[in-house]
Amino acid sequence: MTQAAGKFNAVARKIKNCSPAAGFFRILPRARMKAIIVITPKKAVLDPQGKTVQNALAQMGYTGVTGVHIGKYIEIDLAPGADKAAAQQALNDAAHKFLSNPVIEDYKLEIE
Amino acid sequence: MNFAVLQFPASNCDQDAVHAIRLLGHAASYIWHKDNSLGDADAVIVPGGFSYGDYLRCGAIARFSPVMQAVKQFADNGGLVLGICNGFQVLTEAGLLPGALIRNRDLQFHCEHIFLKTATTGSPFTSKIPAGKILRIPIAHGEGCYFADEETLAKLKANNQILWQYCDASGNLTDTANPNGALQNIAGICNERRNVAGLMPHPERASEPALGSDDGKWIFESIFAALQNKTVAQAA
Repeated sequence: MTQAAGKFNAVARKIKNCSPAAGFFRILPRARMKAIIVITPKKAVLDPQGKTVQNALAQMGYTGVTGVHIGKYIEIDLAPGADKAAAQQALNDAAHKFLSNPVIEDYKLEIE
Repeated sequence: MNFAVLQFPASNCDQDAVHAIRLLGHAASYIWHKDNSLGDADAVIVPGGFSYGDYLRCGAIARFSPVMQAVKQFADNGGLVLGICNGFQVLTEAGLLPGALIRNRDLQFHCEHIFLKTATTGSPFTSKIPAGKILRIPIAHGEGCYFADEETLAKLKANNQILWQYCDASGNLTDTANPNGALQNIAGICNERRNVAGLMPHPERASEPALGSDDGKWIFESIFAALQNKTVAQAA
């Protein structure tokens, strides 16, 4: 097992242990599902990276840009046949307490 | 007094903290992040570094370490906990301190000596700092910009929870003296109960003259005095 896979499994185990609704990690012979979590800085929080990129865009001649906000994109592979509602609940829990920091970030969760 | 100094994967100021405490005449031992107990510690230091490679967010993964459960319980029982740099980030992520530390406003990693004004000596972490003394202590961080929403900030001020602020050599809280864009020049705070504190600067790297400054020792001396008073009070 690669180091990265080992880390992912450790996080997966953690989510499983933390959440009451984490039965979705069971492997069943169904279609694969993916959870997508997009994390962005809250509007009130200083985002120097976004600001710098915004300035660079303006300098390059891309007009009409009034704001750039740089966040994170997390893709989570779910076991085949996972229960969508259970996954939604478990990952919302994980996103709220671990994957994002509600003090400074907002997140959107989608399961496809 | 016996200090527990936590060790996470990629902590790198743990040895500095242990060295400073021993140099100042007290005992310190390392506590591995997988341990469930802090042993017979009288106080806890969450040291600086890059726990878990700063992956996801600084301190975000370390806060779920088994040892952090013990730290939370220790803090709930009134024990003294000091988070330095990455330790401060871990304590905010753990919810033991309010607010968050975000990317420095100029996106640069700052490694330099700064000046600190002690906003209040009314805490176990600041009581021995001489009145009016401006502390010269190094910082070394890329994510040290303190942020909290307006409500939290108002509460911090109302309860005198702001302990240290970045200032110039004469003690003025100017914007140029603020290395990272922290709100209100905040370098360190404590919780409402005043037994958990965190700061971005490194007092353990400035606790002996050979290192160019020994101003950081006043923070440790304050903790020693608080523990001493506690022991005396318990014995009485």
